[in-house]
Amino acid sequence: MSDRLAVRKTYKLYVNGAFPRSESGRTYEVTDTRGHFLANAARASRKDARDAVVAARAAFPKWSAMTAYNRGQVLYRVAEVMEGRHAQFCEEVAAGEGLSTSKARAAVDAAIDRWVWYAGWTDKLAAVLGGANPVAGPYFDFSMPEPTGVVAVLAPQQSSLLGLVSVLAPVLAGGNTAVVVTSRERPLPAVTLAEVLATSDVPGGTVNLLTGDAEELGTWLAEHADVDAIDLTGAPAGRAMEFEREAAGTVKRVVRPTAAEPDWTADPGLSRMTPFLETKTVWHPIGV
Amino acid sequence: MIGMTHVLDPDALPDDARALMAPLPPYDDVTRSDSAFRAFLHGLPGVDQVGAEARVAMLGTRSIKTTAKAWAIDTAISMVDLTTLEGADTPGKVRSLAAKARRPDPGDPTCPQVAAVCVYGDLAGVAREALGDSGIHVAAVATAFPSGRASRAVKIADVKDAVANGADEIDMVIDRGAFLAGRYLDVYEEIVAVKEACARPGGRAPAHLKVILETGELVTLDNVRRASWIAMLAGGDFIKTSTGKVSPAATLPVSLVMLEAVRDFRAATGRQIGFKPAGGIRTTKDAIKHLVLINETVGPDWLDPDWFRFGASSLLNDLLLQRQKLRTGHYSGPDYVTVD
Amino acid sequence: MTSLFEYAPAPESRSIVDIAPSYGLFIDGEFVDGTGESFKSVNPATEEVLTEVSAGSGADVDRAVAAARRAFTRVWGPMRPADRGKYLFRIARLLQERAREFAVLESLDNGKPIRESRDVDVPLAAAHFFYHAGWADKLDHAGLGPGPRPLGVAGQVIPWNFPLLMLAWKVAPALATGNTVVLKPAETTPLTALLFAEVCQQADLPPGVVNIVTGAGDTGRAVVEHGDVDKVAFTGSTEVGKSIARAVAGTRKSLTLELGGKAANIVFDDAPIDQAVEGIVQGIFFNQGHVCCAGSRLLVQESVHDEAIASLQRRIGTLRVGDPLDKNTDIGAINSAEQLARIRELSDVGEAEGAQRWQPACDLPDRGFWYPPTVFTDVSPAHRIAREEVFGPVLSVLTFRTPDEAVAKANNSTYGLSAGIWTEKGSRILKIANQLRAGVVWANTFNKFDPTSPFGGYKQSGYGREGGRHGLTGYLKGATHS
Repeated sequence: MSDRLAVRKTYKLYVNGAFPRSESGRTYEVTDTRGHFLANAARASRKDARDAVVAARAAFPKWSAMTAYNRGQVLYRVAEVMEGRHAQFCEEVAAGEGLSTSKARAAVDAAIDRWVWYAGWTDKLAAVLGGANPVAGPYFDFSMPEPTGVVAVLAPQQSSLLGLVSVLAPVLAGGNTAVVVTSRERPLPAVTLAEVLATSDVPGGTVNLLTGDAEELGTWLAEHADVDAIDLTGAPAGRAMEFEREAAGTVKRVVRPTAAEPDWTADPGLSRMTPFLETKTVWHPIGV
Repeated sequence: MIGMTHVLDPDALPDDARALMAPLPPYDDVTRSDSAFRAFLHGLPGVDQVGAEARVAMLGTRSIKTTAKAWAIDTAISMVDLTTLEGADTPGKVRSLAAKARRPDPGDPTCPQVAAVCVYGDLAGVAREALGDSGIHVAAVATAFPSGRASRAVKIADVKDAVANGADEIDMVIDRGAFLAGRYLDVYEEIVAVKEACARPGGRAPAHLKVILETGELVTLDNVRRASWIAMLAGGDFIKTSTGKVSPAATLPVSLVMLEAVRDFRAATGRQIGFKPAGGIRTTKDAIKHLVLINETVGPDWLDPDWFRFGASSLLNDLLLQRQKLRTGHYSGPDYVTVD
Repeated sequence: MTSLFEYAPAPESRSIVDIAPSYGLFIDGEFVDGTGESFKSVNPATEEVLTEVSAGSGADVDRAVAAARRAFTRVWGPMRPADRGKYLFRIARLLQERAREFAVLESLDNGKPIRESRDVDVPLAAAHFFYHAGWADKLDHAGLGPGPRPLGVAGQVIPWNFPLLMLAWKVAPALATGNTVVLKPAETTPLTALLFAEVCQQADLPPGVVNIVTGAGDTGRAVVEHGDVDKVAFTGSTEVGKSIARAVAGTRKSLTLELGGKAANIVFDDAPIDQAVEGIVQGIFFNQGHVCCAGSRLLVQESVHDEAIASLQRRIGTLRVGDPLDKNTDIGAINSAEQLARIRELSDVGEAEGAQRWQPACDLPDRGFWYPPTVFTDVSPAHRIAREEVFGPVLSVLTFRTPDEAVAKANNSTYGLSAGIWTEKGSRILKIANQLRAGVVWANTFNKFDPTSPFGGYKQSGYGREGGRHGLTGYLKGATHS
C-alpha cells in the first residue's frame, strides 16, 4: 500500500459543458450499499434544472442539424473514451450498486456496447422510420423522422450506469438534447460519464446531467414549457402519474415508467428512440 | 453550327426601327438587347404545372345550368371563328361556311351569328365577298401557317396578300424554332414586322393581329407564359394557343396561363389583349369550361367577341344541338344542324 | 351580349338523403335509445333542425365499451386478418356506392360546400378504408417490430370539421389492426357517423366492432375515461387534448392527439405566384377555414407583399359564398353559432390591435351562420390573430425579409401541425422544410391529404400520426415505429 494520500474528486453537476456546483449550494451524502460514505454529490435545484433546459435548448440546433454520420461518430467516440475509464466505472458501479466485480464489469461492458449500438443507429433511422408515400396524385411525398427537441430524462434509480446510458443514448441518437436527473442514491457513475462526455466530441449543452432528487426536479421539468418530452422511467413510485399530468399542460411526449425497472441487458429495439422522434411529411408537386 | 437564315430579307428593318417598335411602358426597355429580353422573360413568375392543372380541374366542376347555360351557349356561338384550314378548301367550301356563319341555325333566326370565318389567305377574298356586310370578320392565317418555316420576306408577303384580299384579322404563327433556340428577340421582331404588314390602305385601321404560339410545341407552361409576353409586347392584338395542326392544342391549363398573361399585361400597361384558344374545343362542355375560366380568371371584360374567340369548326354544331335541346326540352340529332 | 356571366343556382338535390326525426346510439350492431337527454342537430346554413339525436350517458358508454370488449375478445380479435381486411374493403365500397348520399348529408349537417364533401371528404374517407383494408393481413410486414398485436378497445373522439373523414381516419386503422371501436362524433355533426353505422350493418360487420355514441363533452369524457378502454384517440382543440392527456395519465391507455394549429404559409419572391395565390386561398378558405392545418398565417416576403396581396384580394373577390348544396359554392356556412361568435370576437380583437381588416363585397344569406372571407394585413407576431387558432376563414398576413426570418416567424408558435413553402428554388424548399417545426410541410401546394401519407403535429399540435405505416403504430402493442 502506498502511503500517498489520495486526491478525492468533487462530484458536480454537468450543465452546458461545464461542471458547476448547484446554485443552491446544496449537496447530499452518497454512500455505498453498505452505508459507507463515498462522496458529497451536488443536489441540483429547480434553478439548475432551468439552466440545464436553457443549455439543452441552445445546443439543439447544432446537434440536431449535424449529419447522422457525424452524430454516429460522436456517440461512438463516447464509447471509446468510456473504455479508457473502464476500471473507474467498474469501481463506482460496484460500490454504488453493491455488485461483484464481475457483475459490475458486465454492466460497464454493456453500457459501453450500448453507445456503440446507438452510434450505429443514427444513420439508419431515416431509412427505417421514413420513406416515400405513394399518394394518389402528382406529388412526391416523403416522411422522415426528426428529433422532438429537448428531452427531460428521469434516469433509472437502480441501474446507475447501464440504465442511464440506456435511456440517454437513444435520446441523443435521434438528435435530441437532454436534461437528465440521475439516480438519486447512485449518482457517481453519472458524474464520471459527464467527464467522459466533456472530453469526447459531444457539444456542450447537448447532455446536461443533474444529480439530485427526481421527486423534486420532476415537477419542474414536467411543467417546463421549453421541454418537449419527458422520460419518467426513474420517477419515484407514486409520482409518475402526477408528472404525466403536469406534462399534459404543454402536450409533452411522455414515456411512462414500468412497474419494475426494465431488464437493461435486453435488446431495446427502437422503443426508446421513437418516443422522441417526430415524423415530418413533405409534399411537392411533380410537373415540368 | 448552321443557324436558321433568312436569305430573302428585302424588308429588313431600318436601323431606327427599334425605337418605333419599343413595347409599351413600363416595358419599353426590355427589348433593348437579347440579354435584357431574356432576363425579363426568365424573370416572369414561374408556373407550377400541377397547381395550374388543379385550378382548371376545380373550375371544371362549375355547374352551368338553365339560364346561365343558355347565355353561355349564345355567347359562345357569337365568339366562334368558324374555321376551315384544309388543303382541299375551295371557294365553294368557303362560301358554304360563310353562309353557315351568317345563319348558324337556319331554323332559328334568334340564333346569333359567329364572330369570324377563318380561312387560308388565298381564300380570304372569297370569304370577304360571301360575308358581305354581315359584320362577320374575315380572319386569314398567314406567315407560312402552320409551321412558320419560311423566310421572313415570304411571311410578310403572305400577310400582305391576305390583307389585300380583304382579311380583317391575321392569325400568324410565331417562329417556335427561334423561341426554343432562345432567340427571343427574333421572335419579337418578326411579330413587329408582321404587325406592320397588317396595315390597310385608305386610313383604315390595320388588320387585327392574332399571334399563334403553338403551345403544343412549346410544351411547358413557363414557355407559354414567356411566349405570351413576347407576343403582347410586340403589339399582337390577340394571343392564340394553337394552329389546330399540332396536338395537344388548346388545353385548359394553357388557356389559364395565357389568360393570366393578358390579365397581368393589362394591369401593367393598361392595354387589353384578346385571347383565342383554338384546336381541340369540340363540345359545348369544353366551351363552357373556357367561359368559366375567363369569368373567374380575367373577369367579364373578356366575355365579348372583341376579346375572346374560339377557333373551331365542329364546336359550332354541338353548340347548336345543345341550344336546340334547351329551347325544345328534348335532345336533338346531327340531321337537325347543317354539315357546314 | 355583354351581361355578366351569372351562374344560375345549381343545387344538389337533398332528396337522396332520408333523415329520420330522431336517432339513437349504435351499440352492439343495433340502434338503441340513449339514456341521456337528446339534442338537436341543426343545418348551419339555415338553422333548420334536421333531427334529434340521443346523448349517450355514462351507462350507455358502459354498454358500448362492453360490446366492443366482447367483440374484441370473441370475434374481431380472433378473426383471420384477411377476413378483417375484407370487411374493410366492403365498407370502402359501400362508402363509394353511397357517396352522394354521404356528401349531401355531410353538407347539410356541417355546412361545408357540396363540392368539397363530394370531391374531398367522401372520396378520401373511402380511400382510407380501402388503404387500411390492405394492411389487415400484412402487419407482420409493416416494419413495426415483431408480431404486432392490437391494443383492444379504442375510444375515439372526433371533431365537427370533417365528420366522416375524421371517422375514417380513426376507425379504419383501428379495425385494420384488430381493435374494436367506441366512437363519439361531434355534437353538432353526428349524422354521417350514424349513416356510417348503417354501412356497418350493410357490410355485416360483426356487432360490437364499431359502436357509435353520440353526445357532447360529457359523453366524450365518459369514453375517454372509461376503465376498460385501452386506447384513446382524439382530434380536436388543444385545450381539450390537454385535459384528455391529464385524464389518461397514469393509466395503461395509449394516447394519440391531433390538435390545433396556426400554420405559416411562406411565400418567397420567386414563387409561382398564381399557384401560390391559389394555395393561400386553398390554405385558409378550404372548409371555411375550419381546418386544424389551415394556412392561417401568410408570411410573404416584403419585396412582393403589395402585389401578392393585390392578387390575393382579386382572387378572393371571385369566391362564391352561399348555399352549401349549390355545386358552385366555394365557401359554405360556419358550423355553429358558437364558432361564429369566436371568429367574430377574434376578428374584432385583430382590428382593435391595429391590423387592417379586408373583406370582399359579398352578400351573405339572412339565416344561418356566415362569415365572409377575411384578410388581415399589418399583422405583427404579437397580435392575437397571429398566435391563436381562429378556426375560420380569417387570414393574417405578416412579412419577412430573409429565409432565416421566415423560419423564425413560422416556428414562433406553440403549434406545429403544418406549414407551406412557395418558391421555385428546389434547394431552398428542402432547407426551409428541414427547419420548420411542423409535421406536414406542403411545398408549392397546400392542404393535400392521402391515406398513405402520415399526418400529425409537433409541439402542442399533438402526437402520433394518422395515415401511412406510421398511423398503424398508435393501435398496436409493441410497435416501435413512431
